Amino acid sequence: MADAVQVGVSSPVQTQKPRWSRKVKADNIAGYLFLAPWIIGFLAFIVGPMLASGYLSLTKYSGFGDAKWVGFQNYDKIFQDDLFYTSLYNTTYFAFLGVPAQLLVALCLAVLLNMKVRYVNVFRTVYYIPTVTPAVANVFLWVWIFNFDFGLINSLLRLVGISPVNWLWDPQIVKPALILMSLWSVGQQMVIFLAALQGVSEELLEAASIDGATNFRRFLRITVPLISPVIFLNLIIGIINLFQTFTVAFIATKGGPINSSLFYVLYIYRKGFESFSMGYASGLAWILFMIILVITAIQFYFAQNWVYYESGGAPS
Amino acid sequence: MVDREEKYIGSISGKLAAYILLAFGAVISLMPLYWLVMTSLRPAGAEFTYPPEWIPSSFHPENYPTAWRRAPFWLFTFNSVLVTFLATLGTLLTASMAAYAFARVPFYGRNVWFGLTLSTMMLPWAVTLIPRFLLFKYMQLFDSLWPLFLPFWFGGGGFYIFLIRQFIMTLPVEMEEAAVVDGASRVRIFFMITMPLTKPAIAAVGVFSFIHHWNDFISPLIYTNREETRTLALGLRYFGDEQFTEFRLIMAVATLMLVPVLVVFFAANKYFVSGVALSGLAGR
Repeated sequence: MADAVQVGVSSPVQTQKPRWSRKVKADNIAGYLFLAPWIIGFLAFIVGPMLASGYLSLTKYSGFGDAKWVGFQNYDKIFQDDLFYTSLYNTTYFAFLGVPAQLLVALCLAVLLNMKVRYVNVFRTVYYIPTVTPAVANVFLWVWIFNFDFGLINSLLRLVGISPVNWLWDPQIVKPALILMSLWSVGQQMVIFLAALQGVSEELLEAASIDGATNFRRFLRITVPLISPVIFLNLIIGIINLFQTFTVAFIATKGGPINSSLFYVLYIYRKGFESFSMGYASGLAWILFMIILVITAIQFYFAQNWVYYESGGAPS
Repeated sequence: MVDREEKYIGSISGKLAAYILLAFGAVISLMPLYWLVMTSLRPAGAEFTYPPEWIPSSFHPENYPTAWRRAPFWLFTFNSVLVTFLATLGTLLTASMAAYAFARVPFYGRNVWFGLTLSTMMLPWAVTLIPRFLLFKYMQLFDSLWPLFLPFWFGGGGFYIFLIRQFIMTLPVEMEEAAVVDGASRVRIFFMITMPLTKPAIAAVGVFSFIHHWNDFISPLIYTNREETRTLALGLRYFGDEQFTEFRLIMAVATLMLVPVLVVFFAANKYFVSGVALSGLAGR
Protein backbone atom coordinates (compact mmCIF):
# COMPACT_ATOMS: atom_id res chain seq x y z
CA MET A 1 0.00 0.00 0.00
CA ALA A 2 2.96 2.23 0.57
CA ASP A 3 3.79 1.84 -3.09
CA ALA A 4 0.37 3.06 -4.06
CA VAL A 5 0.95 6.29 -2.22
CA GLN A 6 4.27 6.68 -3.92
CA VAL A 7 2.61 6.17 -7.28
CA GLY A 8 0.16 8.88 -6.32
CA VAL A 9 2.98 11.34 -5.79
CA SER A 10 4.59 10.64 -9.13
CA SER A 11 1.38 10.86 -11.13
CA PRO A 12 1.72 11.54 -14.83
CA VAL A 13 -0.66 14.50 -14.81
CA GLN A 14 1.13 17.80 -15.33
CA THR A 15 0.40 20.45 -12.76
CA GLN A 16 3.51 22.56 -12.85
CA LYS A 17 2.82 24.91 -15.77
CA PRO A 18 1.79 28.30 -14.41
CA ARG A 19 -0.02 29.43 -17.57
CA TRP A 20 -2.70 26.87 -16.72
CA SER A 21 -4.01 28.79 -13.75
CA ARG A 22 -7.54 28.74 -15.15
CA LYS A 23 -7.08 25.08 -15.81
CA VAL A 24 -5.91 24.55 -12.23
CA LYS A 25 -9.13 26.06 -11.00
CA ALA A 26 -11.18 23.95 -13.38
CA ASP A 27 -9.24 20.86 -12.32
CA ASN A 28 -9.94 21.52 -8.67
CA ILE A 29 -13.64 21.86 -9.35
CA ALA A 30 -13.66 18.75 -11.54
CA GLY A 31 -11.63 16.74 -9.03
CA TYR A 32 -13.94 17.47 -6.16
CA LEU A 33 -17.04 16.90 -8.28
CA PHE A 34 -15.81 13.46 -9.31
CA LEU A 35 -14.87 12.72 -5.73
CA ALA A 36 -18.07 14.20 -4.29
CA PRO A 37 -20.02 10.92 -3.93
CA TRP A 38 -17.13 9.33 -2.09
CA ILE A 39 -16.57 12.35 0.17
CA ILE A 40 -20.26 12.48 1.06
CA GLY A 41 -20.27 8.74 1.73
CA PHE A 42 -17.08 9.00 3.77
CA LEU A 43 -18.64 11.66 5.99
CA ALA A 44 -22.11 10.10 6.21
CA PHE A 45 -21.25 6.44 6.53
CA ILE A 46 -17.80 6.42 8.11
CA VAL A 47 -16.79 9.62 9.93
CA GLY A 48 -20.30 10.41 11.18
CA PRO A 49 -21.02 6.90 12.46
CA MET A 50 -17.56 6.70 14.06
CA LEU A 51 -18.19 9.89 16.02
CA ALA A 52 -21.75 8.85 16.82
CA SER A 53 -20.45 5.52 18.03
CA GLY A 54 -18.03 7.30 20.35
CA TYR A 55 -20.82 9.47 21.69
CA LEU A 56 -23.24 6.57 22.10
CA SER A 57 -20.65 4.62 24.05
CA LEU A 58 -20.97 7.31 26.73
CA THR A 59 -24.74 6.95 26.95
CA LYS A 60 -27.40 4.49 27.88
CA TYR A 61 -29.52 3.99 24.79
CA SER A 62 -32.01 1.31 23.83
CA GLY A 63 -32.47 2.46 20.25
CA PHE A 64 -35.79 4.06 21.16
CA GLY A 65 -36.42 7.38 22.84
CA ASP A 66 -33.49 9.48 24.02
CA ALA A 67 -29.93 8.52 24.81
CA LYS A 68 -29.04 9.17 28.45
CA TRP A 69 -25.54 10.48 29.19
CA VAL A 70 -23.72 8.17 31.61
CA GLY A 71 -20.08 9.14 31.10
CA PHE A 72 -17.66 6.23 31.24
CA GLN A 73 -20.08 3.89 33.00
CA ASN A 74 -20.32 1.55 29.99
CA TYR A 75 -16.56 1.15 29.89
CA ASP A 76 -16.46 0.51 33.62
CA LYS A 77 -19.03 -2.24 33.19
CA ILE A 78 -17.29 -3.68 30.13
CA PHE A 79 -14.02 -4.07 32.00
CA GLN A 80 -15.83 -6.06 34.69
CA ASP A 81 -17.77 -8.14 32.20
CA ASP A 82 -16.68 -11.78 32.04
CA LEU A 83 -18.21 -12.26 28.61
CA PHE A 84 -16.16 -9.34 27.29
CA TYR A 85 -12.98 -11.14 28.27
CA THR A 86 -14.29 -14.49 27.04
CA SER A 87 -15.22 -13.09 23.63
CA LEU A 88 -11.94 -11.20 23.38
CA TYR A 89 -10.01 -14.37 24.21
CA ASN A 90 -11.98 -16.43 21.68
CA THR A 91 -11.50 -13.85 18.97
CA THR A 92 -7.79 -13.38 19.60
CA TYR A 93 -7.28 -17.15 19.65
CA PHE A 94 -9.23 -17.49 16.42
CA ALA A 95 -7.42 -14.66 14.62
CA PHE A 96 -3.89 -15.47 15.78
CA LEU A 97 -4.18 -19.14 14.93
CA GLY A 98 -6.51 -18.76 11.98
CA VAL A 99 -4.68 -16.11 9.97
CA PRO A 100 -1.29 -17.92 9.81
CA ALA A 101 -3.09 -21.16 8.91
CA GLN A 102 -5.10 -19.41 6.21
CA LEU A 103 -2.09 -17.65 4.75
CA LEU A 104 -0.06 -20.86 4.70
CA VAL A 105 -2.83 -22.72 2.86
CA ALA A 106 -3.43 -19.81 0.50
CA LEU A 107 0.27 -19.54 -0.31
CA CYS A 108 0.61 -23.28 -0.94
CA LEU A 109 -2.41 -23.21 -3.25
CA ALA A 110 -1.02 -20.17 -5.06
CA VAL A 111 2.31 -21.97 -5.57
CA LEU A 112 0.45 -24.97 -6.99
CA LEU A 113 -1.55 -22.73 -9.30
CA ASN A 114 1.60 -20.97 -10.42
CA MET A 115 3.05 -24.16 -11.89
CA LYS A 116 3.61 -23.99 -15.61
CA VAL A 117 1.34 -26.72 -16.88
CA ARG A 118 -1.47 -26.74 -19.41
CA TYR A 119 -5.04 -26.21 -18.14
CA VAL A 120 -3.80 -24.64 -14.91
CA ASN A 121 -6.48 -21.98 -15.49
CA VAL A 122 -9.17 -24.58 -14.95
CA PHE A 123 -7.67 -25.39 -11.56
CA ARG A 124 -7.47 -21.71 -10.66
CA THR A 125 -11.22 -21.51 -11.19
CA VAL A 126 -11.93 -24.69 -9.26
CA TYR A 127 -9.81 -23.63 -6.28
CA TYR A 128 -11.70 -20.36 -6.06
CA ILE A 129 -15.18 -21.88 -6.08
CA PRO A 130 -15.43 -22.52 -2.30
CA THR A 131 -14.79 -18.81 -1.75
CA VAL A 132 -17.77 -17.71 -3.84
CA THR A 133 -20.13 -20.12 -2.11
CA PRO A 134 -22.64 -18.12 -0.04
CA ALA A 135 -21.53 -18.06 3.59
CA VAL A 136 -24.92 -19.25 4.83
CA ALA A 137 -24.91 -22.28 2.54
CA ASN A 138 -21.33 -22.96 3.51
CA VAL A 139 -22.13 -22.89 7.20
CA PHE A 140 -25.10 -25.25 6.90
CA LEU A 141 -22.99 -27.62 4.88
CA TRP A 142 -20.17 -27.64 7.41
CA VAL A 143 -22.56 -28.19 10.28
CA TRP A 144 -23.29 -31.46 8.56
CA ILE A 145 -19.65 -32.22 7.73
CA PHE A 146 -18.84 -31.76 11.43
CA ASN A 147 -21.87 -33.75 12.62
CA PHE A 148 -20.87 -36.22 15.31
CA ASP A 149 -22.87 -39.25 14.20
CA PHE A 150 -23.16 -38.86 10.43
CA GLY A 151 -20.69 -36.17 9.44
CA LEU A 152 -18.16 -36.66 6.70
CA ILE A 153 -15.07 -36.12 8.84
CA ASN A 154 -16.08 -38.50 11.61
CA SER A 155 -17.04 -41.12 9.04
CA LEU A 156 -13.59 -40.91 7.56
CA LEU A 157 -12.04 -41.06 11.04
CA ARG A 158 -14.03 -44.20 11.90
CA LEU A 159 -12.90 -45.72 8.63
CA VAL A 160 -9.28 -45.50 9.71
CA GLY A 161 -10.09 -46.53 13.26
CA ILE A 162 -9.82 -43.18 15.06
CA SER A 163 -12.57 -42.43 17.55
CA PRO A 164 -14.91 -39.66 16.33
CA VAL A 165 -14.53 -36.09 17.53
CA ASN A 166 -17.34 -33.83 18.71
CA TRP A 167 -16.21 -30.97 16.48
CA LEU A 168 -18.74 -28.24 17.12
CA TRP A 169 -19.93 -29.20 20.59
CA ASP A 170 -16.68 -29.63 22.45
CA PRO A 171 -15.50 -26.32 23.97
CA GLN A 172 -11.87 -27.35 23.43
CA ILE A 173 -12.31 -28.20 19.77
CA VAL A 174 -14.89 -25.81 18.37
CA LYS A 175 -12.41 -23.02 17.59
CA PRO A 176 -9.88 -25.23 15.79
CA ALA A 177 -12.82 -26.79 13.93
CA LEU A 178 -14.01 -23.38 12.76
CA ILE A 179 -10.45 -22.51 11.68
CA LEU A 180 -10.32 -25.75 9.71
CA MET A 181 -13.58 -24.79 8.05
CA SER A 182 -12.30 -21.30 7.22
CA LEU A 183 -9.41 -22.84 5.27
CA TRP A 184 -11.84 -23.64 2.48
CA SER A 185 -12.52 -19.98 1.79
CA VAL A 186 -9.04 -18.55 1.32
CA GLY A 187 -9.52 -17.82 -2.38
CA GLN A 188 -9.12 -14.08 -1.94
CA GLN A 189 -5.70 -14.39 -0.31
CA MET A 190 -4.77 -17.12 -2.78
CA VAL A 191 -5.47 -14.88 -5.79
CA ILE A 192 -3.44 -12.04 -4.30
CA PHE A 193 -0.52 -14.42 -3.67
CA LEU A 194 -0.83 -15.80 -7.17
CA ALA A 195 -0.70 -12.33 -8.69
CA ALA A 196 2.44 -11.64 -6.66
CA LEU A 197 4.09 -14.94 -7.61
CA GLN A 198 3.53 -14.17 -11.26
CA GLY A 199 5.50 -10.98 -10.83
CA VAL A 200 8.56 -12.61 -9.30
CA SER A 201 11.51 -11.98 -11.60
CA GLU A 202 12.48 -15.08 -13.56
CA GLU A 203 16.08 -13.94 -13.94
CA LEU A 204 16.62 -13.98 -10.19
CA LEU A 205 15.22 -17.47 -9.84
CA GLU A 206 17.24 -18.77 -12.77
CA ALA A 207 20.40 -17.21 -11.39
CA ALA A 208 19.76 -19.01 -8.12
CA SER A 209 19.29 -22.36 -9.89
CA ILE A 210 22.60 -21.90 -11.64
CA ASP A 211 24.17 -21.32 -8.25
CA GLY A 212 22.78 -24.69 -7.26
CA ALA A 213 19.97 -23.67 -4.92
CA THR A 214 17.25 -26.27 -4.50
CA ASN A 215 13.66 -25.39 -5.36
CA PHE A 216 12.62 -25.15 -1.75
CA ARG A 217 15.62 -23.02 -0.78
CA ARG A 218 15.01 -20.79 -3.77
CA PHE A 219 11.42 -20.38 -2.69
CA LEU A 220 12.36 -19.44 0.88
CA ARG A 221 15.31 -17.21 0.02
CA ILE A 222 14.08 -15.45 -3.10
CA THR A 223 10.37 -15.84 -3.70
CA VAL A 224 9.21 -15.27 -0.12
CA PRO A 225 11.19 -12.05 0.38
CA LEU A 226 10.04 -10.76 -3.00
CA ILE A 227 6.37 -11.33 -2.20
CA SER A 228 6.70 -10.23 1.43
CA PRO A 229 4.75 -6.99 0.83
CA VAL A 230 1.80 -9.13 -0.23
CA ILE A 231 2.20 -11.49 2.72
CA PHE A 232 2.12 -8.38 4.88
CA LEU A 233 -1.00 -7.07 3.13
CA ASN A 234 -2.79 -10.42 3.55
CA LEU A 235 -1.71 -10.56 7.18
CA ILE A 236 -3.09 -7.10 7.98
CA ILE A 237 -6.38 -7.68 6.18
CA GLY A 238 -6.67 -11.24 7.50
CA ILE A 239 -6.33 -10.13 11.13
CA ILE A 240 -8.89 -7.36 10.64
CA ASN A 241 -11.32 -9.80 9.01
CA LEU A 242 -10.96 -12.62 11.52
CA PHE A 243 -11.31 -10.19 14.41
CA GLN A 244 -14.79 -9.58 12.99
CA THR A 245 -15.86 -13.20 12.55
CA PHE A 246 -19.60 -13.34 12.89
CA THR A 247 -21.72 -15.39 10.48
CA VAL A 248 -20.38 -18.84 11.25
CA ALA A 249 -20.76 -18.44 15.00
CA PHE A 250 -24.14 -16.76 14.62
CA ILE A 251 -25.64 -19.55 12.54
CA ALA A 252 -23.76 -22.74 13.38
CA THR A 253 -22.70 -22.66 17.00
CA LYS A 254 -24.67 -19.67 18.33
CA GLY A 255 -21.60 -18.84 20.39
CA GLY A 256 -21.60 -22.20 22.13
CA PRO A 257 -20.83 -24.57 23.61
CA ILE A 258 -20.59 -22.64 26.89
CA ASN A 259 -19.52 -19.46 25.07
CA SER A 260 -16.41 -21.06 23.61
CA SER A 261 -17.25 -19.66 20.17
CA LEU A 262 -18.70 -16.38 21.40
CA PHE A 263 -16.70 -14.09 19.14
CA TYR A 264 -16.39 -10.40 19.78
CA VAL A 265 -18.68 -9.14 17.01
CA LEU A 266 -21.29 -11.72 17.93
CA TYR A 267 -21.19 -10.30 21.44
CA ILE A 268 -21.57 -6.76 20.05
CA TYR A 269 -24.56 -7.96 18.02
CA ARG A 270 -26.19 -9.58 21.03
CA LYS A 271 -25.70 -6.53 23.21
CA GLY A 272 -26.86 -4.10 20.53
CA PHE A 273 -29.59 -5.95 18.69
CA GLU A 274 -30.82 -8.53 21.16
CA SER A 275 -30.49 -6.77 24.53
CA PHE A 276 -30.86 -3.31 22.92
CA SER A 277 -27.97 -1.92 24.96
CA MET A 278 -26.74 0.21 22.08
CA GLY A 279 -24.53 2.36 24.28
CA TYR A 280 -22.80 -0.64 25.77
CA ALA A 281 -22.43 -2.25 22.33
CA SER A 282 -20.92 0.96 20.97
CA GLY A 283 -18.39 0.89 23.79
CA LEU A 284 -17.50 -2.67 22.85
CA ALA A 285 -17.17 -1.60 19.21
CA TRP A 286 -14.80 1.24 20.08
CA ILE A 287 -12.64 -1.05 22.16
CA LEU A 288 -12.48 -3.42 19.18
CA PHE A 289 -11.47 -0.52 16.96
CA MET A 290 -8.68 0.43 19.34
CA ILE A 291 -7.46 -3.17 19.61
CA ILE A 292 -7.36 -3.58 15.83
CA LEU A 293 -5.64 -0.22 15.48
CA VAL A 294 -2.94 -1.21 17.97
CA ILE A 295 -2.42 -4.65 16.41
CA THR A 296 -2.17 -3.10 12.94
CA ALA A 297 0.28 -0.46 14.17
CA ILE A 298 2.43 -3.15 15.81
CA GLN A 299 2.46 -5.11 12.57
CA PHE A 300 3.53 -2.03 10.63
CA TYR A 301 6.27 -1.45 13.17
CA PHE A 302 7.66 -4.96 12.84
CA ALA A 303 7.20 -4.95 9.07
CA GLN A 304 10.45 -3.00 8.74
CA ASN A 305 12.28 -6.15 9.82
CA TRP A 306 10.87 -8.57 7.32
CA VAL A 307 8.95 -6.85 4.54
CA TYR A 308 11.12 -6.21 1.53
CA TYR A 309 10.38 -3.31 -0.80
CA GLU A 310 12.29 -3.05 -4.04
CA SER A 311 12.12 0.72 -3.80
CA GLY A 312 13.75 0.44 -0.39
CA GLY A 313 11.09 2.37 1.47
CA ALA A 314 9.52 1.16 4.68
CA PRO A 315 5.73 0.92 4.74
CA SER A 316 4.16 4.11 5.94
CA MET B 1 7.98 -26.30 -7.26
CA VAL B 2 7.98 -22.74 -8.49
CA ASP B 3 9.21 -23.60 -11.90
CA ARG B 4 9.55 -20.40 -13.83
CA GLU B 5 10.50 -21.74 -17.22
CA GLU B 6 9.05 -19.64 -19.98
CA LYS B 7 7.41 -22.74 -21.50
CA TYR B 8 5.51 -25.50 -19.75
CA ILE B 9 7.21 -27.97 -17.41
CA GLY B 10 9.15 -30.28 -19.71
CA SER B 11 9.67 -33.66 -18.03
CA ILE B 12 6.89 -36.25 -17.97
CA SER B 13 7.42 -37.01 -14.28
CA GLY B 14 7.33 -33.30 -13.44
CA LYS B 15 4.09 -32.90 -15.34
CA LEU B 16 2.60 -35.96 -13.70
CA ALA B 17 3.52 -34.76 -10.21
CA ALA B 18 2.07 -31.33 -10.97
CA TYR B 19 -1.24 -32.75 -12.15
CA ILE B 20 -1.52 -35.16 -9.22
CA LEU B 21 -1.01 -32.29 -6.77
CA LEU B 22 -3.43 -30.03 -8.63
CA ALA B 23 -6.06 -32.76 -8.86
CA PHE B 24 -5.71 -33.57 -5.17
CA GLY B 25 -6.33 -29.91 -4.31
CA ALA B 26 -9.27 -29.79 -6.68
CA VAL B 27 -10.91 -32.82 -5.06
CA ILE B 28 -10.51 -31.27 -1.61
CA SER B 29 -11.83 -27.94 -2.88
CA LEU B 30 -14.89 -29.43 -4.51
CA MET B 31 -15.78 -32.03 -1.89
CA PRO B 32 -18.10 -29.76 0.14
CA LEU B 33 -19.77 -28.56 -3.04
CA TYR B 34 -20.30 -32.13 -4.20
CA TRP B 35 -22.02 -32.92 -0.91
CA LEU B 36 -24.14 -29.82 -1.19
CA VAL B 37 -25.53 -30.92 -4.54
CA MET B 38 -25.81 -34.62 -3.66
CA THR B 39 -27.61 -33.91 -0.41
CA SER B 40 -30.11 -31.74 -2.27
CA LEU B 41 -31.07 -34.80 -4.34
CA ARG B 42 -31.43 -37.35 -1.55
CA PRO B 43 -34.71 -38.97 -0.55
CA ALA B 44 -36.50 -37.57 2.50
CA GLY B 45 -34.91 -38.68 5.74
CA ALA B 46 -31.78 -39.96 4.03
CA GLU B 47 -29.67 -36.85 4.56
CA PHE B 48 -27.99 -38.42 7.52
CA THR B 49 -26.78 -41.94 7.09
CA TYR B 50 -23.83 -43.89 8.32
CA PRO B 51 -21.69 -44.67 6.49
CA PRO B 52 -22.25 -41.68 4.20
CA GLU B 53 -23.48 -42.54 0.72
CA TRP B 54 -21.24 -40.93 -1.85
CA ILE B 55 -23.92 -41.45 -4.44
CA PRO B 56 -27.53 -41.27 -3.22
CA SER B 57 -29.48 -44.53 -3.46
CA SER B 58 -32.11 -42.69 -5.49
CA PHE B 59 -32.26 -39.20 -6.97
CA HIS B 60 -35.06 -36.81 -6.07
CA PRO B 61 -35.02 -33.65 -8.16
CA GLU B 62 -38.52 -32.93 -6.87
CA ASN B 63 -36.79 -31.68 -3.70
CA TYR B 64 -36.20 -28.46 -5.62
CA PRO B 65 -39.83 -27.43 -6.27
CA THR B 66 -40.77 -28.69 -2.79
CA ALA B 67 -38.11 -26.48 -1.22
CA TRP B 68 -38.99 -23.51 -3.38
CA ARG B 69 -42.61 -23.61 -2.22
CA ARG B 70 -41.68 -23.62 1.47
CA ALA B 71 -41.17 -19.87 1.57
CA PRO B 72 -41.76 -16.95 -0.84
CA PHE B 73 -38.46 -17.63 -2.56
CA TRP B 74 -39.46 -15.79 -5.74
CA LEU B 75 -39.84 -12.66 -3.64
CA PHE B 76 -36.51 -13.27 -1.90
CA THR B 77 -34.87 -13.77 -5.29
CA PHE B 78 -36.38 -10.54 -6.58
CA ASN B 79 -35.05 -8.69 -3.52
CA SER B 80 -31.60 -10.21 -3.91
CA VAL B 81 -31.45 -9.37 -7.61
CA LEU B 82 -32.62 -5.79 -7.00
CA VAL B 83 -30.15 -5.14 -4.18
CA THR B 84 -27.25 -6.79 -5.99
CA PHE B 85 -27.94 -4.91 -9.20
CA LEU B 86 -28.41 -1.47 -7.63
CA ALA B 87 -25.47 -1.82 -5.25
CA THR B 88 -23.16 -3.00 -8.02
CA LEU B 89 -24.29 -0.27 -10.40
CA GLY B 90 -23.67 2.40 -7.77
CA THR B 91 -20.29 0.91 -6.92
CA LEU B 92 -19.15 0.81 -10.54
CA LEU B 93 -20.22 4.38 -11.28
CA THR B 94 -19.06 6.18 -8.15
CA ALA B 95 -15.90 4.11 -7.57
CA SER B 96 -14.83 4.81 -11.17
CA MET B 97 -15.50 8.52 -10.67
CA ALA B 98 -13.37 8.66 -7.54
CA ALA B 99 -10.70 6.50 -9.18
CA TYR B 100 -10.60 8.82 -12.20
CA ALA B 101 -10.19 11.86 -9.98
CA PHE B 102 -7.34 10.18 -8.07
CA ALA B 103 -5.61 8.98 -11.23
CA ARG B 104 -6.07 11.88 -13.62
CA VAL B 105 -7.28 15.13 -12.10
CA PRO B 106 -4.71 17.20 -10.20
CA PHE B 107 -6.61 18.86 -7.40
CA TYR B 108 -5.72 20.30 -4.06
CA GLY B 109 -5.56 17.69 -1.27
CA ARG B 110 -5.65 14.72 -3.59
CA ASN B 111 -3.02 12.69 -1.74
CA VAL B 112 -4.73 13.30 1.59
CA TRP B 113 -8.05 12.06 0.25
CA PHE B 114 -6.36 9.10 -1.36
CA GLY B 115 -4.67 8.22 1.91
CA LEU B 116 -8.04 8.39 3.65
CA THR B 117 -9.52 6.13 0.98
CA LEU B 118 -6.83 3.54 1.60
CA SER B 119 -7.22 3.79 5.34
CA THR B 120 -10.94 2.97 5.11
CA MET B 121 -9.93 -0.47 3.87
CA MET B 122 -8.58 -1.14 7.33
CA LEU B 123 -11.58 0.18 9.20
CA PRO B 124 -13.50 -2.60 10.94
CA TRP B 125 -17.12 -2.53 9.78
CA ALA B 126 -18.29 -3.58 13.21
CA VAL B 127 -17.38 -0.14 14.59
CA THR B 128 -19.88 1.71 12.42
CA LEU B 129 -22.53 -1.00 12.63
CA ILE B 130 -24.75 0.45 15.33
CA PRO B 131 -24.68 4.13 14.29
CA ARG B 132 -25.37 3.14 10.69
CA PHE B 133 -28.33 1.14 11.84
CA LEU B 134 -29.57 4.12 13.86
CA LEU B 135 -28.95 6.45 10.91
CA PHE B 136 -31.15 4.37 8.63
CA LYS B 137 -33.75 4.01 11.34
CA TYR B 138 -33.76 7.79 11.73
CA MET B 139 -34.14 8.19 7.98
CA GLN B 140 -37.16 5.86 8.19
CA LEU B 141 -35.35 3.41 5.91
CA PHE B 142 -35.08 0.58 8.40
CA ASP B 143 -36.71 -2.63 7.21
CA SER B 144 -36.51 -1.58 3.58
CA LEU B 145 -34.01 -2.55 0.91
CA TRP B 146 -32.50 0.96 0.80
CA PRO B 147 -29.78 0.42 3.42
CA LEU B 148 -28.56 -2.56 1.43
CA PHE B 149 -27.64 -0.58 -1.68
CA LEU B 150 -27.75 3.16 -0.94
CA PRO B 151 -24.32 3.33 0.78
CA PHE B 152 -22.74 1.85 -2.32
CA TRP B 153 -23.73 4.87 -4.41
CA PHE B 154 -21.13 6.84 -2.43
CA GLY B 155 -17.81 5.54 -3.68
CA GLY B 156 -18.50 1.82 -3.35
CA GLY B 157 -15.58 1.15 -1.00
CA GLY B 158 -11.89 1.93 -0.75
CA PHE B 159 -10.67 -1.33 -2.23
CA TYR B 160 -12.67 -0.89 -5.43
CA ILE B 161 -11.58 2.73 -5.86
CA PHE B 162 -7.98 1.65 -5.35
CA LEU B 163 -8.26 -1.19 -7.84
CA ILE B 164 -9.75 0.94 -10.63
CA ARG B 165 -7.41 3.84 -9.91
CA GLN B 166 -4.36 1.59 -10.22
CA PHE B 167 -5.66 0.37 -13.55
CA ILE B 168 -6.28 3.88 -14.91
CA MET B 169 -2.70 4.79 -13.93
CA THR B 170 -1.44 2.18 -16.38
CA LEU B 171 -3.36 3.69 -19.31
CA PRO B 172 -1.59 6.12 -21.66
CA VAL B 173 -2.74 9.74 -21.23
CA GLU B 174 -2.28 10.77 -24.87
CA MET B 175 -5.86 10.12 -25.92
CA GLU B 176 -7.23 12.13 -23.03
CA GLU B 177 -4.82 14.98 -23.70
CA ALA B 178 -5.87 15.04 -27.33
CA ALA B 179 -9.49 15.23 -26.22
CA VAL B 180 -8.65 18.14 -23.91
CA VAL B 181 -7.09 19.99 -26.84
CA ASP B 182 -10.27 19.36 -28.79
CA GLY B 183 -12.13 21.07 -25.97
CA ALA B 184 -13.86 18.03 -24.49
CA SER B 185 -15.03 18.39 -20.91
CA ARG B 186 -13.79 16.17 -18.07
CA VAL B 187 -17.18 14.50 -17.85
CA ARG B 188 -17.10 13.69 -21.55
CA ILE B 189 -13.53 12.38 -21.36
CA PHE B 190 -14.43 10.24 -18.36
CA PHE B 191 -17.45 8.62 -19.98
CA MET B 192 -16.27 8.46 -23.59
CA ILE B 193 -12.56 7.64 -23.21
CA THR B 194 -11.50 6.57 -19.73
CA MET B 195 -14.46 4.38 -18.76
CA PRO B 196 -14.35 2.26 -21.96
CA LEU B 197 -10.60 1.73 -21.57
CA THR B 198 -11.04 0.73 -17.92
CA LYS B 199 -13.37 -2.15 -18.78
CA PRO B 200 -11.15 -4.97 -17.40
CA ALA B 201 -10.86 -3.33 -13.97
CA ILE B 202 -14.55 -2.43 -13.96
CA ALA B 203 -15.43 -6.02 -14.83
CA ALA B 204 -13.31 -7.31 -11.96
CA VAL B 205 -14.95 -4.89 -9.52
CA GLY B 206 -18.37 -5.79 -10.90
CA VAL B 207 -17.80 -9.47 -10.22
CA PHE B 208 -16.43 -8.86 -6.72
CA SER B 209 -19.38 -6.60 -5.93
CA PHE B 210 -21.97 -8.97 -7.42
CA ILE B 211 -20.71 -11.93 -5.39
CA HIS B 212 -20.44 -9.85 -2.23
CA HIS B 213 -23.98 -8.50 -2.36
CA TRP B 214 -25.57 -11.71 -3.56
CA ASN B 215 -24.01 -13.65 -0.68
CA ASP B 216 -24.18 -10.91 1.95
CA PHE B 217 -25.76 -12.10 5.14
CA ILE B 218 -24.93 -9.51 7.77
CA SER B 219 -26.44 -6.37 6.22
CA PRO B 220 -29.87 -7.92 5.53
CA LEU B 221 -29.78 -9.40 9.04
CA ILE B 222 -29.20 -5.98 10.58
CA TYR B 223 -31.36 -3.81 8.34
CA THR B 224 -34.36 -5.94 7.45
CA ASN B 225 -36.97 -7.64 9.51
CA ARG B 226 -40.16 -8.42 7.59
CA GLU B 227 -40.53 -11.29 5.19
CA GLU B 228 -41.19 -8.79 2.36
CA THR B 229 -37.68 -7.37 2.63
CA ARG B 230 -35.84 -10.64 3.03
CA THR B 231 -33.07 -11.59 0.61
CA LEU B 232 -32.14 -15.13 -0.43
CA ALA B 233 -29.13 -15.37 1.89
CA LEU B 234 -31.36 -14.52 4.82
CA GLY B 235 -34.32 -16.54 3.56
CA LEU B 236 -32.16 -19.64 3.64
CA ARG B 237 -31.68 -19.25 7.36
CA TYR B 238 -35.37 -18.85 8.08
CA PHE B 239 -36.09 -22.12 6.36
CA GLY B 240 -37.75 -23.54 9.38
CA ASP B 241 -36.84 -24.95 12.72
CA GLU B 242 -36.69 -28.43 11.29
CA GLN B 243 -33.32 -27.61 9.75
CA PHE B 244 -31.97 -31.06 10.32
CA THR B 245 -34.97 -33.08 9.29
CA GLU B 246 -35.20 -31.15 6.01
CA PHE B 247 -31.59 -30.68 5.29
CA ARG B 248 -32.01 -31.74 1.66
CA LEU B 249 -34.41 -28.82 1.08
CA ILE B 250 -31.99 -26.26 2.49
CA MET B 251 -29.28 -27.70 0.30
CA ALA B 252 -31.59 -27.50 -2.73
CA VAL B 253 -32.15 -23.76 -2.24
CA ALA B 254 -28.46 -23.27 -1.49
CA THR B 255 -27.60 -24.99 -4.76
CA LEU B 256 -29.99 -22.73 -6.67
CA MET B 257 -28.52 -19.69 -4.94
CA LEU B 258 -25.05 -20.76 -5.99
CA VAL B 259 -25.92 -21.06 -9.70
CA PRO B 260 -25.87 -17.32 -10.62
CA VAL B 261 -22.65 -16.86 -8.66
CA LEU B 262 -20.95 -19.64 -10.57
CA VAL B 263 -22.27 -18.35 -13.91
CA VAL B 264 -20.94 -14.84 -13.26
CA PHE B 265 -17.74 -16.23 -11.86
CA PHE B 266 -17.04 -18.46 -14.86
CA ALA B 267 -18.00 -15.75 -17.32
CA ALA B 268 -15.64 -13.19 -15.79
CA ASN B 269 -13.07 -15.61 -14.43
CA LYS B 270 -10.15 -14.18 -16.40
CA TYR B 271 -10.57 -10.79 -14.73
CA PHE B 272 -10.01 -12.20 -11.27
CA VAL B 273 -6.29 -12.75 -11.30
CA SER B 274 -5.60 -10.07 -13.89
CA GLY B 275 -7.74 -7.55 -11.99
CA VAL B 276 -5.83 -8.12 -8.79
CA ALA B 277 -2.50 -8.17 -10.61
CA LEU B 278 -3.27 -4.95 -12.45
CA SER B 279 -4.25 -3.21 -9.27
CA GLY B 280 -0.61 -3.36 -8.25
CA LEU B 281 -1.65 -5.18 -5.09
CA ALA B 282 1.28 -7.39 -5.90
CA GLY B 283 3.38 -4.65 -4.38
CA ARG B 284 5.42 -3.40 -7.28
